[in-house]
Amino acid sequence: MPANDERWVDAEAGPVVRPYALTQGRTRHAGESFDLVATVMATPAALTEPAALAPEHMSVLQLARAPTTVADIASDVDLPLGVVRIILADLRELGLVAIRRPVVMAERVDKHTLREVLNGLRGL
Amino acid sequence: MDYGVSDPAGGSPRSSTQHRAIKILLAGGFGVGKTTLVGAVSEIRPLRTEEPLTEGSLRTDSTAGVEGKTTTTVAMDFGRISLRSDLVLYLFGTPGQQRFWFMWDELAIGALGAVVLADTRRLADSFPAIDYFERRAIPFIVALNCFDGARRYDTEDVRMALDLDPDLPIVLCDARSKESAKDVLIALVEHVLMTASEEPVSGIV
Repeated sequence: MPANDERWVDAEAGPVVRPYALTQGRTRHAGESFDLVATVMATPAALTEPAALAPEHMSVLQLARAPTTVADIASDVDLPLGVVRIILADLRELGLVAIRRPVVMAERVDKHTLREVLNGLRGL
Repeated sequence: MDYGVSDPAGGSPRSSTQHRAIKILLAGGFGVGKTTLVGAVSEIRPLRTEEPLTEGSLRTDSTAGVEGKTTTTVAMDFGRISLRSDLVLYLFGTPGQQRFWFMWDELAIGALGAVVLADTRRLADSFPAIDYFERRAIPFIVALNCFDGARRYDTEDVRMALDLDPDLPIVLCDARSKESAKDVLIALVEHVLMTASEEPVSGIV
């Protein structure tokens, strides 16, 4: 099972799947959990190039320069969702991204938004 | 660089350009055309998830012979439809098998509603999805994908076979056609609007 890319993980690290090497073997992220369509956006603090970020963290941060979602980022960087979540939580801890729950998340989608969706679909 | 959402006054980052993301779930048995439908109406995007096997899934997944396996991989697609600059619809095709319900639970939170895509030749494949949405009171409709060569059923026969409420919409569709896929989504949103009028505050997630 060990592949060449797993050089960062020593024998004591136990069996981890390769992408989780990027997260130092962590499979759970810190802090409040966030939805697949939660909005992610880089904070002004991210403007000053943070030096000590891993390449994957940098890639994720770049994608968040315009508002996007967790799912979009995961698709763009082609990393498993679990890994992307950990990277995002790391960036959040560093104050480099803000992750906001979807507006409609708290409750059912309100009628006004439903009508907007309906009109949008009809206009496609 | 446009940071759009942040408020120049330094207040909450909720004002000006709110980025609103709406989720719709697309469920149904394997090979029923979920990916086809998503692709017909939206820009389709691949998503990889690699979830650690929890004790729960270890009980249901047979791991005999692969005891070293600590993660399970789920590949899924989602589609993105930009309705307006600040309003984006996300379609998530959910893997049909019951063991993927850990994904469904996450996807279902805050979702607008769901479409159960069914094939009349294998109606039973849609039972788990219907059951799931009924139990969680998530509004849904049933869309019958009319495969070439599939016998056309009367929607009322299907309603009986699936034991569906009389007011639950059943629509016929061709998952390959953009217009048809669009009509399915419209039928869902109309249904949700109707349900919303009847039940003033459902508020459950």
